[in-house]
Amino acid sequence: MSLLGNLSLDAIPYHEPIIMVTLAVIGVIGLAVVGLITKYQKWGVLWHNWLTSVDHKRLGIMYIILALIMLIRGFSDAIMMRTQLALATNGAQGYLPPEHYDQIFTAHGIIMIIFMAMPFMIGLMNIVLPLQIGARDVAFPFMNNLSFWLAAAGAVLINISLGLGEFAKTGWLAYPPLSEMSFSPGVGVDYYIWALQISGIGTLLTGVNFLATVFKMRAPGMKLMQMPIFTWACTWANILIVASFPILTAVLGLLTLDRYLDFHFFTNDGGGNAMMYINLFWAWGHPEVYILVLPAFGIFSEVISTFTGKRLFGYTSMVWASGAISILGFVVWLHHFFTMGSSADVNAFFGVMTMIIAIPTGVKLFNWLFTMYRGRLRITVPVLWTLGFMVTFSIGGMTGVLLAVPGADYVLHNSLFLVAHFHNTIIGGAVFGYMAGFAFWFPKATGFHLNERLGKYSFWCWQIGFYVAFMPLYVLGFLGMTRRLNHTNNPDWNIWLYIAAVGALIIFVGIILQFVQLYVSIRDREQNPDVDGDPWNGHTLEWSTASPPQFYNFAVLPKVHDIDAFTDMKEKGIEYQAPDEYMPIHMPRNTAAGMQIAGAAGIVGFALIWHIWWLAIVGTLGMVVALIARCYAKDVDYYVEPQEVAEIERAHLASVATVKEEAL
Amino acid sequence: MLIRKLGYSVLTASILLLSGCEGGVLDPKGQVGIDEKYLIVVATVLMLLVVIPVIGMTLYFAWRYREGREHEIYDPKWAHSTKIEVVVWLIPIVIIAILGTLTWYSTQELDPYKPLDHEHKPITIQVVSLNWKWLFIYPEQGIATINEVVFPKDVPVEFKITSDTTMNSFFIPQLGSQIYSMEGMTTRLNLIANEAGEFDGISANYSGAGFTGMKFKAIAKNSELEFEQWVSAVKHSPAKLGDQSYAQLAKPSENNPVNYYGSVDSQLFQHIVMQFMGNMNSHDMYEDHQEHSAQMHMQAED
Repeated sequence: MSLLGNLSLDAIPYHEPIIMVTLAVIGVIGLAVVGLITKYQKWGVLWHNWLTSVDHKRLGIMYIILALIMLIRGFSDAIMMRTQLALATNGAQGYLPPEHYDQIFTAHGIIMIIFMAMPFMIGLMNIVLPLQIGARDVAFPFMNNLSFWLAAAGAVLINISLGLGEFAKTGWLAYPPLSEMSFSPGVGVDYYIWALQISGIGTLLTGVNFLATVFKMRAPGMKLMQMPIFTWACTWANILIVASFPILTAVLGLLTLDRYLDFHFFTNDGGGNAMMYINLFWAWGHPEVYILVLPAFGIFSEVISTFTGKRLFGYTSMVWASGAISILGFVVWLHHFFTMGSSADVNAFFGVMTMIIAIPTGVKLFNWLFTMYRGRLRITVPVLWTLGFMVTFSIGGMTGVLLAVPGADYVLHNSLFLVAHFHNTIIGGAVFGYMAGFAFWFPKATGFHLNERLGKYSFWCWQIGFYVAFMPLYVLGFLGMTRRLNHTNNPDWNIWLYIAAVGALIIFVGIILQFVQLYVSIRDREQNPDVDGDPWNGHTLEWSTASPPQFYNFAVLPKVHDIDAFTDMKEKGIEYQAPDEYMPIHMPRNTAAGMQIAGAAGIVGFALIWHIWWLAIVGTLGMVVALIARCYAKDVDYYVEPQEVAEIERAHLASVATVKEEAL
Repeated sequence: MLIRKLGYSVLTASILLLSGCEGGVLDPKGQVGIDEKYLIVVATVLMLLVVIPVIGMTLYFAWRYREGREHEIYDPKWAHSTKIEVVVWLIPIVIIAILGTLTWYSTQELDPYKPLDHEHKPITIQVVSLNWKWLFIYPEQGIATINEVVFPKDVPVEFKITSDTTMNSFFIPQLGSQIYSMEGMTTRLNLIANEAGEFDGISANYSGAGFTGMKFKAIAKNSELEFEQWVSAVKHSPAKLGDQSYAQLAKPSENNPVNYYGSVDSQLFQHIVMQFMGNMNSHDMYEDHQEHSAQMHMQAED
């Protein structure tokens, strides 16, 4: 055993031109970024204001940057898969051999769900949730920073797999026995395990953190049933995280024991049983899709009620509908494998339970409809995403219920119909929601507006591209095409595969337009400032703060009397009042401990992937030492003096007053 | 507006094209598949009863209550109506109650393990998924084939399925249901072809590098006589499938051609299923299994 374990220069895929070019591009971009930061002498700013920050708003922005970077990676995988399948028809082999293609579809799934959607959702929650409940930060600001860096460490590991070794060739579920040593002896599954494990622990900490935040840190007067609807949706999602992520941790742990220490939990021999993995995986995996989509539902509720200038219809129904979805989400996991040979009663039970979820979901759609009813809907970018969602998700929900009928699933299981269905709900539900939330809260987080026109162009590309890309997959499912095929030989399928590839290209244009929009908006930020912090005439407390909010969020904690707390203040005419005097504000100090602990965790993961045992020990020690050092750190907080608060607030209220006067 | 137009045109185009297309699950050639197609159509129509109005209302409300239409009523504080709330809970409840009932009974009816209700005695075919090919063993005829399974039309077929490698899913789309093949276990699937023909068979669960080539042909012969003729032709094949030749066969290989074995070790399937048990109470489990399959056999005799 060498000092570097199984790692050697052979691990670099020189023979794969696609990968080498990608690595070169990443290297050039990386060097350019480093060069620019050095040129403008921003290393200090980056370190002090961002990387070590415990401010939930900055962590939220970093989460979303992580999500956007991983979106590029995950979407590149998608484009490669679609072009491969468009080229590899009539028996042609295409340009991606199974060796490479199988890694791509595995990486696409993991990246999009764990490293794109989750950070996007958690990023929005970070930025918005504490502001919505009138809190100065989350309950455990340092832990929040640690969560982010754990997610980032997982993302780094999965990206290292591109240039060093390989990624799993198992599909994103990594079902054993295929993911066991006997069938997957390479490092791919180990990258999968440690990337998922490390970021999963970060997610679990986030869930704990935000639950403590909503239960303990709501503004005075805010009852649970007065929390803004997005906060409620996130709270249900966090309950799901806390209840389901430990299952993922455990099941990955068992697979780790199988692979590293020759245990037999899921192996073919020695009494192992792969069905146990499949059950446990989905006991996490199904709640996970609700973790993704519930906050998106919350975003749509906020967007619709804000832009109709109306109160949300059926708030109580909405809260309990989300609750019902959360609880039911735990008793439907078996619908992912009706074809495993369970008895008819078992399959029928899980089928019916799954359909029951359509009831609270249907109620939500009706409630959004009746929120629009007798409103004044401003058709902005967030509203377009919301309307697009309501239409698209209805179709996705319908195909989902169809798949929940075991008799239908017996012929549609694992087909492209299924692939179309879950993209229909995850893109049409979760991603559209995050895009709506991104456009909705962007001025709040940054202090300036996004370019509206480019936002609309981008929306239409996504919306049209989605239908062109995924409706053909429903058809292909009916035509008997199963998922994860590397090439096809059926003339009836060709046309649909071509159309789907065109659809992916249209979405690609949409993504490019979003980055162009971001660039143009940042370039023109001086012309489009959000001065008073309330660009949409919002209902909830985040709009009562400056844009971007002061680092302490609220100079004085607001008193809440209504669900739409800020609307209530505006109606009473007390929205921008300066108090008689300011009190000192207790704030957490920035810390590098999160980076240290998560960095060490990443090193441990890397060392275990390559069997570099000494490094794994060093990394573990590093983690423990950094954690203990943090536990004994004394200088972790400070007070903002009333005088400083008063100055900041005076300046803000003055600029608000200017805007109001101009408006008059 | 554009969304709706696009959605519908795609939808109608697909329906038109699908009905004209051959192959796939909407062109079933056996009773199981026909029942499942019918179930899909009924369930979809039921759901469209809600989905189409919701999509229509979404676009209509968004258009009608958009900014600038000052003559429409604006009621910013209206946020609750018991009547509407009752209705919006009731509509999905009713649809799901109907669909749930349909699901419960259809699931009992279409249980892949349930022998088909048919006057004819089923033929048993044992199926083993290997890396990356399908082995079919005919215990009653004493023959075996690779990547081709043949049976007469209008005769129920009982597949007993296992895997000697990773998990796969045994699926002939035009005949209906699929079921996983798993190592150390036997799953079952009852199918029938009501038309003669050659149908595509696939693995519907990704199983590694050679997965794409893991295809077979399912051939339904016109009569039992034709089937018997095919069996005797296979029996003339000199190749024998015993423990040694099986060990050779089980090695990973891709895109395998059709192959016939004129004779096969009658215990081969049992050995494949039981091999993973090692010495962990293998005796008891084997006994149980024997008993179990004996029972199954008696059922089949009935």
